[in-house]
Amino acid sequence: MKILGYKRINGTYGIRNHLAIIPSSICASDTAVKISNLVSNSIALPHQHGCCQVGEDYKQTFKTLVGLGSNPNVGAVLVVGLGCEGIKPEILAEEIRKENKRVEMIKIQECGGTLGAVKEGARLASEMARELSKQQKVEFDISNLILALECGGSDSTSGMASNPAVGAASDLLINHGGTSILSETTELIGAEHILAKRCINENVAKKLIDIVNRTERRALNMGEDLRGSQPTPGNIEGGLSTIEEKSLGCIYKAGNAPVQEILEYGEQVPTKVKGLYVMDTPGEDIDSITGMIAGGAQIVVFTTGRGTPTGSPIAPVIKVTGNPLTYKKMIDNIDVNAGKIIDEGVTVNQVGEEIFNEIVEVANGKSTKAESMGHNEFGIFRIGYTF
Amino acid sequence: MKNNSVIANSKDNVATVCTVIKKGEKIYSEINNKKFELKAVEEIPDFHKIALKDIKQGENVIKYGESIGLATKNIKAGEYVHVHNIESNRGRGDKIVK
Repeated sequence: MKILGYKRINGTYGIRNHLAIIPSSICASDTAVKISNLVSNSIALPHQHGCCQVGEDYKQTFKTLVGLGSNPNVGAVLVVGLGCEGIKPEILAEEIRKENKRVEMIKIQECGGTLGAVKEGARLASEMARELSKQQKVEFDISNLILALECGGSDSTSGMASNPAVGAASDLLINHGGTSILSETTELIGAEHILAKRCINENVAKKLIDIVNRTERRALNMGEDLRGSQPTPGNIEGGLSTIEEKSLGCIYKAGNAPVQEILEYGEQVPTKVKGLYVMDTPGEDIDSITGMIAGGAQIVVFTTGRGTPTGSPIAPVIKVTGNPLTYKKMIDNIDVNAGKIIDEGVTVNQVGEEIFNEIVEVANGKSTKAESMGHNEFGIFRIGYTF
Repeated sequence: MKNNSVIANSKDNVATVCTVIKKGEKIYSEINNKKFELKAVEEIPDFHKIALKDIKQGENVIKYGESIGLATKNIKAGEYVHVHNIESNRGRGDKIVK
């Protein structure tokens, strides 16, 4: 099946053509936003990290920023640094440039402060945005699409309707040669034994069990009951009693495909072997989505029972609810009503096809409701302290 | 009667109701082409769970054919099942003896 998008020199295809303005640290975040406010068709990725981080935590933040700049939906990048932060802006720019896209870099301390940086940054950004606007879409095979699977604000309808329907859509994409990523390791706790049986070999199954144990151990080591946060208060109000119940409903998003490999947070999804991957991300939606987009996902399908407005600065987010009441209450945020499975007797496969068709339309350029509303939620998963 | 609840798996000892079920009202469901009905002994909020059979304290609560936790008290068929009478077995750092 052919869809339309932007061909990148590294062989990938984007379904959006963003100019990303990426601060290398918290100290440059506000300046990046100021520049973006001046330049049409640019998006800033303000974040609170990039300095006073060490070890694996530092590496994960760096890898995530590189992955976001490298995402196929990003056509060009302006890196904005303060000049003295832990993540050196010139090194971040150099890493992203390896993907053969235009990357410019400025440092606030060398541009004469805010006013100088905004002037220089806006000049570069507007020039890059005009350049990107000339790029025409081309046809490409849907097998190049990487779909991020996410659920948030779940309730009991998620496991009954929206997640199984998204699983059917994911299976359809994989049957067309594409790739899906299941995420949110916290929400595999209690369901990992089922997913482990679907791993292509024992090594992958062991890795899956390992990431779940590692996540559970974080709660155990803190001496806390995970129920302080998972299920969330909203999940509980929505009828989910335990993390096991939530997890068993969550994994329906992954359909029936075999699990090819387990990926670290923000790790690049291999393009040679298509199919279903699992990425080790937290249950917090925004950080989880960021990890998958840093891994190369161009599009997100997000199920919600309670209803959430979540979007992303880089990838369109298609919202699906299994709760017919939530669809009515939050119709300006929700793209697909899988609640029909519950109150109209429509089958899971029928809604799965509807979601797959929505993926194709959105890939071809249709705006999601989150895009229409300008939702750009963004966060990076930290695994260490700030010093 | 039209089904107003879902039994996800034939091994399950709870069902999810699709609408508010008032005390004394019946739930109707179907699993493996067999009809099932049961009177609710208390109100069940929409999309929450009802016990399909008696579940003893310490027994597994089963949904999707899998354990979703343990009963913390004896639960009678038709009773509301939620955080007041079941608890998670996982991520329980609070149960670790230091």
